[in-house]
Amino acid sequence: MARWGMVIDLDTCTGCQACTIACSIENNVPPPDPDGSDDHRPFTWMRLLPWIGEESPEAAGRMFPRPCMHCDDPPCTKVCPVDATNIDREGIVRQIYPRCIGCRYCTTACPYTVRYFNWKTPSWPEPLEESLNPDVSIRPAGVVEKCTFCHHRLQRAHDTAAAEGRELQEGEYMPACVEVCPSQSMFFGDLDDPDSAVSRRSRTTRAFRLLEELGTKPKVIYLRKGE
Amino acid sequence: MDRNLSAFAPDQALVRPLVETNRRFWILVGVLCSLMAVGAACYLMQLRDGLQVTGMNVPVYWGVYITNFVFFIGISHAGTLISAILRICKAEWRRSITRAAEVITVMVLFFGAGSIILDLGRPDRALNVILHSNFESPLLWDVTSISVYLTGSIIYLYLPLIPDLALLRDGLGKRRWLYRALALGWTGSARQHRLLERAISIMAIIILPIAVSVHTVVSWVFAMTVQPMWHSAIFGPYFVVGAIFSGIGALIVFMAIIRWAYGLEGYFKEIQFRNLGLLLLTMSMLWFYFTLSEFITTYYGGSPDHMVIFWAKLTGPYAPMFWTMVVGCFVIPMTLLSTRLLPVVPSTVLAGITVNIGMWIERYTIVVPSLARPRLPLETGVYYPSFVEIAMTVAFFAGFFLLYLLFTRLFPIVAIWEIREGREVSVTEVSERVASYLPEVGEAQDA
Repeated sequence: MARWGMVIDLDTCTGCQACTIACSIENNVPPPDPDGSDDHRPFTWMRLLPWIGEESPEAAGRMFPRPCMHCDDPPCTKVCPVDATNIDREGIVRQIYPRCIGCRYCTTACPYTVRYFNWKTPSWPEPLEESLNPDVSIRPAGVVEKCTFCHHRLQRAHDTAAAEGRELQEGEYMPACVEVCPSQSMFFGDLDDPDSAVSRRSRTTRAFRLLEELGTKPKVIYLRKGE
Repeated sequence: MDRNLSAFAPDQALVRPLVETNRRFWILVGVLCSLMAVGAACYLMQLRDGLQVTGMNVPVYWGVYITNFVFFIGISHAGTLISAILRICKAEWRRSITRAAEVITVMVLFFGAGSIILDLGRPDRALNVILHSNFESPLLWDVTSISVYLTGSIIYLYLPLIPDLALLRDGLGKRRWLYRALALGWTGSARQHRLLERAISIMAIIILPIAVSVHTVVSWVFAMTVQPMWHSAIFGPYFVVGAIFSGIGALIVFMAIIRWAYGLEGYFKEIQFRNLGLLLLTMSMLWFYFTLSEFITTYYGGSPDHMVIFWAKLTGPYAPMFWTMVVGCFVIPMTLLSTRLLPVVPSTVLAGITVNIGMWIERYTIVVPSLARPRLPLETGVYYPSFVEIAMTVAFFAGFFLLYLLFTRLFPIVAIWEIREGREVSVTEVSERVASYLPEVGEAQDA
């Protein structure tokens, strides 16, 4: 069984935000209200944060993309009172929208603040509502949602492989953000396969994880600026 | 109208609120009901539009609702716990105040638990807590602990009520069907008394660990996460101390209101206020000790994530609230209760009020700052409660007062039979007990 992970190379990332847009389109995440009336409320599953790490002044002023870390030891799943979020066999931290009671305990427990709450029923300005992705369900008001590593793509890849009677190949499944990255700074694959692109990169000296000291074991790995 | 209350002599004053209502009462009921109606309208709006009607946002996902939850559950420690301790210690001055305290617990727990329902994005799915229980979650420990506590507190309120219900059934002539049903055929026989005393003692002992568990698991909702200034081992006892602290404060305020409204100066005497004031003073010092421990440990640890929250509280945007809390919970109660600036009753009541304001703020400055300053940059939170949140808070307080008020109109707020028992049995019992502590006159001479 694969253990899916992502590598993001901050050396080549241009901060263009294509990943953010691709993610929102792929996963039916609504855009903020144009009039700004829902201040502090809009979210995207993939977001660019300003880099203010003191340990690498050469990287100051840069942006870094932040999806869900899909921790191997996630603080969010433990606290859910109704088991509406858990980690699946392939290491993806998933959210069961029809079961979530909207207590927002997971959103407060996540140290990466990558869990989002639907403050209202999502809506899209015309004509965007006609181009929603039919593979991804729309979350109702009052539930928590989050990056799923485009889990629906994994399901489809599994189905195709099963129909053709073979194993899943590397590169057959990747999330929308990785697929769209113009500077090819994002890599996706099986962290347990020692030869995969993500596995090889995750072992280099440039590799680090966000808030590694918390022991959450994130499966999103960043590469700091090269020598 | 002057009913014949001779069956209750010499404690007619305790039964009078059950038969006489005045205009003041109906005006108060009207005000409380209208405040609740505003709250109900706001809740309907929240159900229709979702939690966007609150001031909560990204990343301040919890606000006033969760603050109220912790506050109300804290107040609940006024009743059952204090009453149980005083009963077990055979503190004779408890007789007139235990019921007033126990009712606080039962009534306020509805609003504590209600605050959680209010905070849910999908209250229609609240039953999932039972259908899909994940016992790894501290929130489920809360659900379990509070349910047990509410059940236990209702039993503990009801048991000592039974002899009074029988008195009302036989002597009041009003609402006889209610009192007859609730009195469970109490005749006051020696065997019934023995069984009742035994049941009350058992409940008093069982309820103590349950009460301690309740506010411990409330604190663990925060402490079990890795968030800065939540993830603290001291939180369990810190919250329990805070709960008893605010609980005693609330009890003093309620006693003063009942005493004034129903003219019960003979039952709520200075000694009750003075003793509860001493307890309040003790808890104030304990609260200060725990707060100091928490903050000084954080400061010397110096972890940057924690220090961001630390300074936000001490000198940052939450500083006005933080220092109001210190004044309300420590400076004012210490000044009033350890000196004779004011007479006993005004000073304890004033301290009870400032303690409760301070403790509400304490919960707010625990919940909000840690969320407003997440570890990763960009999402510095700004949170102001919306009108809906304030109206719901007011409505919950109004509902709590209304339930309490109705209780005092249906049942005696001071246990009549316990007062009688005090007069008839305890006075001699206590002198015998004190005598038994001392050496016999002969023994002393021999030694």
